[in-house]
Amino acid sequence: MSRILHKDVAIIGGGLVGSSAALALRRMGLSVALLDKGFCGAQASGVNYGGVRRQGRPPEQMALSQRAHVIWPRLKEIIGIDGEFVRSGHLKLARTEAEMASLEAYATRVAGFGLDLELIGRNKLRERFPWIAGDIVGASLCAGDGHANPRLVSATFALAARRAGAEVLEHTPVSHVERVPEGFHLSAGSGTEIRARFVVNSAGAWAGTFAEAFGEPVPLGRIYPSMIVTEPLDVFMTVNIGAEGGGIYARQVERGNCIVGGMRAEPTVDLDFSRPTGSGAVTIMNRAADLFPALRNTYAIRCWSGTEGEMSDRNPVIGFSRTTPNLIHAFGFSGAGFQIAPGVGEVLAELIRDGESRTPIEAFTIDRFARMDQGSPAGSVPEARKRETSK
Amino acid sequence: MSDALRPLIVGAGPTGIRAAQTLVDAGIRPIVVDEAAAGGGQIYRQRLVPDERTPRDLYGSETGKATALHETFARIRDRIDYLPQALVWNVQGKAADVAAGGRTRRLNFSHLILATGATDRVLPFRGWTTPGVFTLGGAQIALKSQGCAIGERVVFLGSGPLLYLVAWQYVKAGARVAAVLDTAPFSSKLHLLRGLLSQPGVVLRGFRYAAELMARGVPVHFGVEPDQIEGETRVTGMIWRERGKEHRLACDAVGYGFALRSETQLADLAGCRFVFDGRDRAWRPERDLAGRTSVSGLYIAGDGAGIAGADAAELAGERAGFAVLEDAGLTVDRARIAVLERKLAAIQRFRDVLEAAFPFPDKWANSVDDDVLLCRCEEISIGQARTAAREQEVRELNRLKALTRVGMGRCQGRMCASAAAEILAAAHGQPLEAVGRLRAQPPIKPLPLGIAADGEAA
Amino acid sequence: MALLKRLARHKLPPVTFTLNGKACSGRAGDTVLTAILAETDRLRLSDFSRTPRAGFCQMGACQDCWVLAGDGERIRACSTALEAGMNLRTIAEPRS
Repeated sequence: MSRILHKDVAIIGGGLVGSSAALALRRMGLSVALLDKGFCGAQASGVNYGGVRRQGRPPEQMALSQRAHVIWPRLKEIIGIDGEFVRSGHLKLARTEAEMASLEAYATRVAGFGLDLELIGRNKLRERFPWIAGDIVGASLCAGDGHANPRLVSATFALAARRAGAEVLEHTPVSHVERVPEGFHLSAGSGTEIRARFVVNSAGAWAGTFAEAFGEPVPLGRIYPSMIVTEPLDVFMTVNIGAEGGGIYARQVERGNCIVGGMRAEPTVDLDFSRPTGSGAVTIMNRAADLFPALRNTYAIRCWSGTEGEMSDRNPVIGFSRTTPNLIHAFGFSGAGFQIAPGVGEVLAELIRDGESRTPIEAFTIDRFARMDQGSPAGSVPEARKRETSK
Repeated sequence: MSDALRPLIVGAGPTGIRAAQTLVDAGIRPIVVDEAAAGGGQIYRQRLVPDERTPRDLYGSETGKATALHETFARIRDRIDYLPQALVWNVQGKAADVAAGGRTRRLNFSHLILATGATDRVLPFRGWTTPGVFTLGGAQIALKSQGCAIGERVVFLGSGPLLYLVAWQYVKAGARVAAVLDTAPFSSKLHLLRGLLSQPGVVLRGFRYAAELMARGVPVHFGVEPDQIEGETRVTGMIWRERGKEHRLACDAVGYGFALRSETQLADLAGCRFVFDGRDRAWRPERDLAGRTSVSGLYIAGDGAGIAGADAAELAGERAGFAVLEDAGLTVDRARIAVLERKLAAIQRFRDVLEAAFPFPDKWANSVDDDVLLCRCEEISIGQARTAAREQEVRELNRLKALTRVGMGRCQGRMCASAAAEILAAAHGQPLEAVGRLRAQPPIKPLPLGIAADGEAA
Repeated sequence: MALLKRLARHKLPPVTFTLNGKACSGRAGDTVLTAILAETDRLRLSDFSRTPRAGFCQMGACQDCWVLAGDGERIRACSTALEAGMNLRTIAEPRS
């Protein structure tokens, strides 16, 4: 059965970016269709680690990250649940002097952005975080960071958008989108046809085809972060843990389960999905048992992974298309989208309503890849690529 | 035999042992991995050490089958690579991750036969987590393997042939059975008369159990609607309704179950296509009569492939063993295969009779109260699932898990997924198959974080 | 008070262990679940409502019989054989 919907905005991709944009647009009074090929928030937005972290982001993301930072404590009022958000602090560990130097350099680089980073030496770290074992040289604490539950937050943003009047069409993959005189025409699953003045491409790891359809090919790859979760335990892990140089990240939820990541999964035959490898899961488990003695006698009850889009420079694409009026891209969050996504949603809504955003997003233009000659775009030096296998 | 042929059999119950025997007889050396300390599976489970009881005491009318199976396993023991007390916790491609004795290693295989069996299908009702409540299978294991009754005054409840068998075994062993509460009406048992022609032995045995229970003064009630198990810290009584009237009985233990559910996690991880089985009210791996799944080189047989019972499990295990040989291009005994397939088909027809005689309690999903616990691991109530269905428009089982945590705990939904599916289907008045099935995730059972990892093993 | 009632295997050799510090005796061939539930009526408290649990399926599926042994090690009582000298503890303290 075919139907034609007329909307101000069609959003392709019901992850956290698309859902929060849909909600913000509805609050502005615009009509919205939010389309997802599966369930909203079932991909990277819903199955990611759940770090709500500003620390470690490059300076060009800071304004956006700070904008999102004030949204997280207000989730209850915005979407009706707190999403298990806790401002636990984010502690980034240095296992070598070089890593500590890198944390110090980072603290200097972002000094003006209000992260209030606290550098902690070896002895102080032992004293304040005695549950961390191993030869840790020092750490950087961002007390205002925290963590939340992605599977609740992402799905509930979509639900809130629906309750606010957005037309949420799940299991409705967009098969075709084209520019027509009065805006855009989209064809999607179940015979759905949509006319919209604006289109938002927030299709995550699947956004590349839509960008390319409008003459904007992008270096969008896929990564498959994989995680394990323990049985519920006495709460001991009081901060969200990261590591300079990668290899492990961990948090403990209020119910007592510890979530630990640091390895990558493999795509399945269906490249849209991935699954953790057995050896990867055991590697994460062993690293966790080594770093946190409280976990030594405990059990992992599940592991999982997700499919996430990654740009070659690890910065997302956010902003207007350079080829097509009223087309807006927001994808490629490269494994670090969860915290900033609700801020991005607001920015997208502003772009549609006002043609511009009060938050600077110039660093994320889609044409930066066309401008760069094989290396990094001017003004953006990506952090050293984190290696999952580094220890 | 060719080194290239390295079949892995998961499970050493009736299915796994017969599959292994078939391969051994053809000169092939399979790997057999089993969680238990000794072969036999749950149905023919062996004691950890011998005791004064005879096999007849333990296995009753099935003694011949049990001892034959145990003897077969002992006979092929040095012609297989047997890993007892070992858990296959992941399957990917042609390799399985196996944990045993604090170590995990990767086993490569040429063919995989999943003989993973089944566990009790349980439905929650008030008090089902109280100490003293066990599954029917659990009650049977306590008796057979451990020589214990689950209490001094035991009530058995549910629907299925196991209900009468376990109650009878308890009485025979000298336990006091306070009552047998059958959720199906007495009239449903008349369907068994249809089965007299095809499987007279099974049917007559069933009648004998019921008759002996009644002769020994065990009250047997039909058409029972369980209301609650009483007791704060342990079972003190059972309340149910029967023809609209409330009944109450003092007891200190309850064993219950509603037939069985297949263990399908490994088939799922291996990428098998699933189909909905209306009789089992569950999704199960798609397979042909020989046990071939949608994945090349992967076979599934026995109760893990859809509930058919122990006799079928032995036949299907042997048939799957032949399928491996056939697919490897080896000669097989065609006449024997024809016999196996004929017998399996007859049992399949008889399963329809059993299902009619021991029906699922259809009313449960709409009558169970909101505050009853649905997921005993995460402690999520029936009401929370219904609310998610209603207010968040949840229609699919994995979505329910994501939003409510039902099935997210240590047991990965083994104890609650059947019930959760029934609740979700009833909440929207949609067919059971429409709610889907929980996806399996490795490790399929809890795995210690400090487990030592060995490299690849042949 | 015991949950399980022994009907057989009375004459098997005793196997001594401690349960929450108290000296106890099981039988050769007992599982940890049997040994504990022949002494007392619970194995653990549930994770969230802290209500008593005493196992359920006895075949390693329900994961509701985890207890503590030795030096903080966790074991699944139904699928672990009782060994002499085991220092078993039920999970009796609510989680912090």
